[in-house]
Amino acid sequence: MPELRVLDRKPADLVRLGKEAQLHLNEGEFAAIQKYFERLGREPTQLELETIAQTWSEHCKHKVFNGVIEYVDERGHKEIIDNLFKRTIRKATERVAGEVGWLVSVFKDNAGIIAFNSSHHACMKVETHNHPSALDPYGGANTGLGGVIRDVLGCGLGAKPVANTDVFCFGLPDLAYKDLPSGVLHPKRIAKGVREGVRDYGNRIGIPTVNGAILFDARYTCNPLVYCGTVGVLPKGMESKQARPGDKIVAIGGRTGRDGIHGATFSSAELDESVSTSVVQIGNAIEEKKFLDVLLKARDLRLYSSLTDCGAGGFSSAVGEMGADCGARVDLEKAPLKYAGMQSWEIWVSESQERMVLAVPPGNVERLVKLFADEDVEASVIGEFTDDRLLSVHHGGQLAGQLDMAFLHRGNPRLEQKASWKPKPFEEPVFSEPKNLGSLLKRLLAAPNIASKETTIRQYDHEVQGGSVLKPLVGADLDGPGDAAIMRPFFDGWAGLAVSNGINPLYGDIDPYWMAASAIDEALRNLVAVGCSLERVALLDNFCWGNPKDEAKLGELVRAAKACHDVAVAFKTPFISGKDSFHNEYTVGGKTVSIPSTLLISALGVMGDVRQRVSMDFKQKGNPLYVVGKTFQELGGSHYYRLQGAVGRSVPRLVVARARKQYAGLAKAAAIGVGKKNRDRVVRAMHDCSEGGLGVALAEMAFAGGLGCEIDLRKLPREGVERNDYALFSESNARHLVEVNKSKRTAFERLLRGTDFACIGRVTGPGRLVVKGLQGETVLDEDGKALKKAWKGTLNW
Amino acid sequence: MEGDAELVKIMAEFKAMVLKTAGTNCDFETAEALRLAGFSPETMHVNELIRGGKNLRDYRFLVLPGGFSHGDYIASGKILANKLKYRLGEDVPRFIEEGNLVLGICNGFQTLVKAGLLPGFDGNYKRQDVTLTFNDSGHFQDEWIELKNVNKGRCVFSKGLRKTIHCPINHGEGKFIPGSRKVLARLHEQDQVVFKYAGRNPNGSLDDIAGICDETGRVLGLMPHCEKNLFSVNDPRSTRLDLPVEGEGTAIFRKAFEFVKKRK
Repeated sequence: MPELRVLDRKPADLVRLGKEAQLHLNEGEFAAIQKYFERLGREPTQLELETIAQTWSEHCKHKVFNGVIEYVDERGHKEIIDNLFKRTIRKATERVAGEVGWLVSVFKDNAGIIAFNSSHHACMKVETHNHPSALDPYGGANTGLGGVIRDVLGCGLGAKPVANTDVFCFGLPDLAYKDLPSGVLHPKRIAKGVREGVRDYGNRIGIPTVNGAILFDARYTCNPLVYCGTVGVLPKGMESKQARPGDKIVAIGGRTGRDGIHGATFSSAELDESVSTSVVQIGNAIEEKKFLDVLLKARDLRLYSSLTDCGAGGFSSAVGEMGADCGARVDLEKAPLKYAGMQSWEIWVSESQERMVLAVPPGNVERLVKLFADEDVEASVIGEFTDDRLLSVHHGGQLAGQLDMAFLHRGNPRLEQKASWKPKPFEEPVFSEPKNLGSLLKRLLAAPNIASKETTIRQYDHEVQGGSVLKPLVGADLDGPGDAAIMRPFFDGWAGLAVSNGINPLYGDIDPYWMAASAIDEALRNLVAVGCSLERVALLDNFCWGNPKDEAKLGELVRAAKACHDVAVAFKTPFISGKDSFHNEYTVGGKTVSIPSTLLISALGVMGDVRQRVSMDFKQKGNPLYVVGKTFQELGGSHYYRLQGAVGRSVPRLVVARARKQYAGLAKAAAIGVGKKNRDRVVRAMHDCSEGGLGVALAEMAFAGGLGCEIDLRKLPREGVERNDYALFSESNARHLVEVNKSKRTAFERLLRGTDFACIGRVTGPGRLVVKGLQGETVLDEDGKALKKAWKGTLNW
Repeated sequence: MEGDAELVKIMAEFKAMVLKTAGTNCDFETAEALRLAGFSPETMHVNELIRGGKNLRDYRFLVLPGGFSHGDYIASGKILANKLKYRLGEDVPRFIEEGNLVLGICNGFQTLVKAGLLPGFDGNYKRQDVTLTFNDSGHFQDEWIELKNVNKGRCVFSKGLRKTIHCPINHGEGKFIPGSRKVLARLHEQDQVVFKYAGRNPNGSLDDIAGICDETGRVLGLMPHCEKNLFSVNDPRSTRLDLPVEGEGTAIFRKAFEFVKKRK
């Protein structure tokens, strides 16, 4: 690659040349670079340009969220948003931080940290690895997981990873090959590759994969989404770190090669047919497991003062970030390489996997290197932290590049962008109430987004480390869909961690505000469904969007972020970490396809006693069934409307004050009788109503428990719902179905007083799901086994 | 102080080694299981034994936990098996001959089998007579199964043990295949078959075999993870049934402890 000369060139030309060199810098950024080097009176070296491009990439700098946005809302009101992140997500956290009192470290480390038990904190991070997974599903998913695990390892002075989560969005699995765009892998191939990538990495490294989701939509065909999350536990007192001048820079783990060059800058670009897979890294779980084990030992011996993972941008980002406040000097010839012949800049920005960088006081270096060597892990001193506030990189005795830390970290101009939002002209579909609701229920259960994900889940180890309490599959035959996972990381107490997620891009087609609100509510009600109270729950946001230069797309982002603020504040569930991924679009034959704006909300809840757990399967014949939460005619973006070929307009909304009260009552009810016999418990089963509404939730509870039920829709707490199909399939938020111990009805009703709840029926013996309609007639009578078969038949590949 | 010294001495009698290498990943819960049963466990990297930093003779119980030792590249457990066989030489066979206990769970079982430590016919701890290979499904499986204790008294881990143990399997290469019909017949004849899968056979193992022991009954290998059911809160049936606080899997470790205690 020829060196790029920047002085005396038009920034517009530089943008084009920069794109060819995979730098992906914009005009304003090139102008700032020109100015900096004009002052120095020289051209930048290639290594310097690469360093700047990595550091200023969307992946590392979150330029869209941190920039200035001129936003025009649906009523034409204009608003200047100076830093969307600070004004929405971060603001929500700041507003509740004082009140909650259990936040330890938010938004500044590799993962967010909250207080857990008397000895440990808990932390979590969720990453995306979309572009790599589109090109190389197996490798992309592998390294996506490897990367987020290192984020947790690099959190504080090093947290022990105790659980992984994964959420995937793919194109439709039955897409005809003739309809597959050029240069794109078939969704089924991507799905299988990603599944195997997560399986082989997660299982090998010995971290249980406990929670996730898989969604399908035609618009993910060219740009699949792969979200990987990791939960960790960190000993108290290990939450802060600081590299000091004089500390040695020690690289540990794998060697550096040419794999994964330009991964960071590549995240700032849209995909097309020309992209090379050399940007995708190559993963090796065992390499990472090896240093994971030793790293935690070195941590407990306090052998290092700071650490971070080598992710996007490789050494350039890791050393650049750690030395941002002091300075660093690196000698590249000391970095162990996979093979000879690499250029300076390649070594410096390579994203080869399984590497971390430590800051080690000189007196500890020998001991640390030996500790790693004892377990066959390479640890190499590649430089030291300085006090000159410069990032100096040497190679073969020559200076390959030197940049001011201040310029590198604060010299990039802020992005100024325009955004606007107007509701799309969707109409409510008009059709008469179908006669056969049973066959519709079966079609819903078989819809890929609702259908059983057992084939995938069973290939993931969710037991390793021995702390799995509530598993992703539950029930009499251990195949029912659990709402959230619960882990107990330490065996000397009953405290545990619950993890869930919420995601529904279909709502975003109608209104991203309510999509975000619904995603938060879904994640939270999933936690409540397993018996976790919302007293100590943290949220993580993951925005996967199309091109932020598109005003409407950016408008959707603003609207979703505003909802994140409003709902998180109202629930008192602060955000602790997040991630964004833009440019999820693909151009082929002059046509650009973008993903639907997709927000994943992950929730991490602390449980004082994991024995409070509740699973979703029906337990006992004769127990009453309650619905808590009101059903509205909210089918916009629902799966039911989708079956009817419509999107609709009536997207589910949310009144947080009402939901909070319900959730508090349910959590209290779930806590009664803990540690005693099951017959002493008040709540015997609980499940939230989400995709497919009440109908799908009932069916899942019934067949997971191998039992039936009889319900009467006339008793359903509802407003404006006058049709049986709407009552059964509306996707209103904030609703739970609860099987209550028949001898504990009074206790349950007392705890739910003041909320919208009603007993709508009872659990029956093995067999049928029977629904009496709003006129008192039987509108649905289906065999539980047949429903289960429909649910299990779609994704059994 | 005298009490402490006494305690240290007692602890030393019940020292158990959890042997790990690159890719071992069930060492944490295995050590917890040993502790619950009364042992004082130490987790050790195989390099430490190879270098001579630690001596197996200071321990009464050697446990090879689950995981993906060296990535299971080549074949599951193979590389670690070769380290035991060629780098530690007579250490493990001598450890067995001296009357100590050895347990291999999942990857540990695969390792014992590939090193020739199981089934150990005629006291030969170097010859591989059986193997564990890819599940019939062709991929990793995580599911809870019922483990049936079928041993008639040879295996010290299962003597007087409950009839069934509910615990998960987490493996991709758990299909038990003996080298010949003769080997299979001999395993049955010599009462070396310890555990079978009750109900559905999850991986295609011959005769539903899930675990075997050596001729002394003091070396046991099994695929299912008994150390994943130490507390009934981990047992998925516990949301439906009233179970005692202790999980069913702990019993195997308790049997080991009883044996070591009696022997002392």
